[in-house]
Amino acid sequence: MSRFFGSLLVILVVVALAGCSALPAAPSTPNAGRVVVYSGRSENLVAPVFAQFTQATGVQVEVRYGGTAELAATLLEEGRNSPADVFYAQDPGGLGAVAAADLLAPLPEDLLTQVAPQFRAEDGTWVGISGRARVVVYNTERLRPEDLPQDVRGFTAPRWRGKIGWAPTNASFQAMVTAMRQIWGEEETRAWLVGMQANQPVVFEGNAPIVAAVGNGEIEVGLVNHYYLYRFLREQGESFPARNYFMNNGGPDSLILVSGIGRLAGGKNPENALKLIRFLLSPVAQQYFAGQTYEYPLVAGVNPERGLPPLESLTGAAIPAEQLVDLQGTLNLLHATGILP
Amino acid sequence: MRMVLSPAQGEVIFRSRLVGRITWLYLPAFLIAAAMGLPLLYLGLRALSAGPAIWEWLGRVQSLQLLLRSLGLALAVTLSAAALAVPLAWLVTRSDLIGRRIWAAVLPLPLVIPSYVGAYLYVSLLSPHGLIPTLLTPWVSRSAWPSIYGLGGAWLVLTLMTYPYVYLNARAVLAMSDRTVEEAARSLGYSPWATFWRITLPLLRPALASGGLLVALYVLRDFGAVAILRYTTFTRAIYLHYQSSLDRSTAALLALVLVVVTVLLLVIQQRLARLNPAAAVHAPKPPPPVALGLWQAPALALVLLVVGLGVGMPVGGLIYWLGRGIRAGETLGAVSAPLLNSILAAGLAALVTVVAALPLAVLAVRHGGRVSRALVGWSYLGFAVPGVVIALALVFFGANFTPALYQTLVMLVFAYVVLFLPQALGVLQAALRLVRRNLEEAAASLGHSPGEVFRRVTLPLISPGLASAAGLVFLTALKELPATLLLAPAGFPTLATRVWGAVSEAFFARAAWPALILIGVSALSMLWFNRNPMTRNEPNP
Repeated sequence: MSRFFGSLLVILVVVALAGCSALPAAPSTPNAGRVVVYSGRSENLVAPVFAQFTQATGVQVEVRYGGTAELAATLLEEGRNSPADVFYAQDPGGLGAVAAADLLAPLPEDLLTQVAPQFRAEDGTWVGISGRARVVVYNTERLRPEDLPQDVRGFTAPRWRGKIGWAPTNASFQAMVTAMRQIWGEEETRAWLVGMQANQPVVFEGNAPIVAAVGNGEIEVGLVNHYYLYRFLREQGESFPARNYFMNNGGPDSLILVSGIGRLAGGKNPENALKLIRFLLSPVAQQYFAGQTYEYPLVAGVNPERGLPPLESLTGAAIPAEQLVDLQGTLNLLHATGILP
Repeated sequence: MRMVLSPAQGEVIFRSRLVGRITWLYLPAFLIAAAMGLPLLYLGLRALSAGPAIWEWLGRVQSLQLLLRSLGLALAVTLSAAALAVPLAWLVTRSDLIGRRIWAAVLPLPLVIPSYVGAYLYVSLLSPHGLIPTLLTPWVSRSAWPSIYGLGGAWLVLTLMTYPYVYLNARAVLAMSDRTVEEAARSLGYSPWATFWRITLPLLRPALASGGLLVALYVLRDFGAVAILRYTTFTRAIYLHYQSSLDRSTAALLALVLVVVTVLLLVIQQRLARLNPAAAVHAPKPPPPVALGLWQAPALALVLLVVGLGVGMPVGGLIYWLGRGIRAGETLGAVSAPLLNSILAAGLAALVTVVAALPLAVLAVRHGGRVSRALVGWSYLGFAVPGVVIALALVFFGANFTPALYQTLVMLVFAYVVLFLPQALGVLQAALRLVRRNLEEAAASLGHSPGEVFRRVTLPLISPGLASAAGLVFLTALKELPATLLLAPAGFPTLATRVWGAVSEAFFARAAWPALILIGVSALSMLWFNRNPMTRNEPNP
């Protein structure tokens, strides 16, 4: 008995000690205030740029990281009582849902016009920060670039049976199918999906596992976003046997997808929220995305790195990101073709 | 000197005891049950606005098939988890197995590996092009490896990740219960096997039923591991609906289907949990452990196999990721803040959950009527739906009705209690059932108040159960993700959220480092939680 209460006492002491050290340090520049961010983008990608913002402005950034869909749902549940000032989303879908519930305040014109019209909301509720391109990742030990089809439609050929990886549950893949419906039309998109399905693609849960599977030879090619590859090259060396192939042919297979940010209308720190968004669109932050996360900067004058083809050359980039938000037709198509359960 | 009570005085005492019971048992039990009902209320509210399209989806044959796939997997995993857990629990509590204290601490560890991370690791290690088949290509051809994907893989991986639920339940009971009946059975000529089947197993039945229920519900509500292992279940379909269309009413309606399934499982569990009262005994001085003799080697082999697959393999995979990243010059980032946050939140969760579960458990075991059974069953329902649903329910109530507490540590611990109360409840009920009632009655007849009897007799007797329950909650709270992400204070990273954030963006070394620390902390905490049941087990000097 005394042992049990002894144990309780130890727990309490540990908890109390942990509690003391877990208390956040007092902000060094209290006058600059704070900004509360809900970030659907991973801490590993964006924490350094938030730190740069704090250093430049003295504004403390309090971040809640999570999945974009989960954070969007959280904002919808919180409604006007949300503590968040800013929603930074991995894809426009989450922003669209929050904007549709009237929770986002329009951004000032001078912020919006820093990026091309297709990379922001028409009603000005959110603005794109960085982009990633849809590419084909291929195994360099099995294939040369010239073995690959010019167009993603080529993958319905029997030669690719069982050798393609895709992630139909992934938001980026679904955005690509939405773009296909707009460029190719419903019938051709359905035909492509049916043809792909007949080729028994290997189904993955997200982009990173596809790149891993192309690297270890489980599959030969995969339909992914471009920047995951560079993570693998970083941790496993340049000998990692996979590279990106840009299907630069004017179709939906060279789509540009953006991450975006919006300001919550009910936020308590509107000034700091705008300061943060302005900072993310500044050359310093845009250069960070180009150089550290290997994404496409969206602001003119900052160029992508890693030998990426320039943004203007990717014709898929002309489709307004907002049109990719309407998913219902795509989901219906994916359910009807049996690709989604 | 003995006091003689007049009938009137007796009536006063009876009344005050009744009042005491209402204040100390029924009131907290009802409050806790009401808290447990929040997620259901939320689901009901949301489901009301579901459109006709989802009813159509639900009515399809394929949806029924998905539900059957979910149930089939849950059944298969529950059976195999129990089949693994019972011998393991017996070996570490009853036998002279070499190194049993270490094994006892290591065996629950798969509980702390978040299921999607576990599945990711198993796939990267065991798929035909994974690390292990690649290392073994000189001896075994790739094509000879069975696929890790589909039902078989999901079954294996989920069994390895969930057997600790049954193991911890069974171990608590075996550590507490009397062995004299088993000894008597042996002396009457029963073989060891017959003794096990006729005496030990019936004794374990309530613990198996509650542990098995946790496993079944875990499998039913999982969508992370089955997605990676390419076995589509009903819950995965719910999550996909929700994730891609952000349609909360649809997801809520589908989650209610899981709640209905859970009610059925609860009925089965409560039938299985009824205990043969003759087995409900307790001995203060356990006899020495059973000598394994020639069985030492196969027993050790079984333990090594389970520990190797369930703990060794994920840890090996993590060390590989870490080493590879460090060689490439990856920076790892500090983990001291997430470590302290994890211990703080999980420690509080363990403490508060066990305290909250006690009145419900006492009520169910000691005053077991319809009301108390219903209260216990009710508190399980939240466990049936994916954690993200519970988290969103608490977001809704917290942000709109208790803004002062919203996204504070209080709110997070409350979420953990809602999520993990059923885990503690199962262990505590099993432990309480083993406490002989006449001990409590004897103490009461000596003039102790019910409170004193509970504190001085019952609580010490069930302390192994308390430790097991706290340990179980501690481990599962350490790995919890959806509620931690949405409800923790801003800027409150835990080890689990760090691992998740890194794996999802292919930062493998940065995921491995906090994951290894998570497993290390859990192992140490298990050694510490185990002191109770294990030391009780040693023969007194």
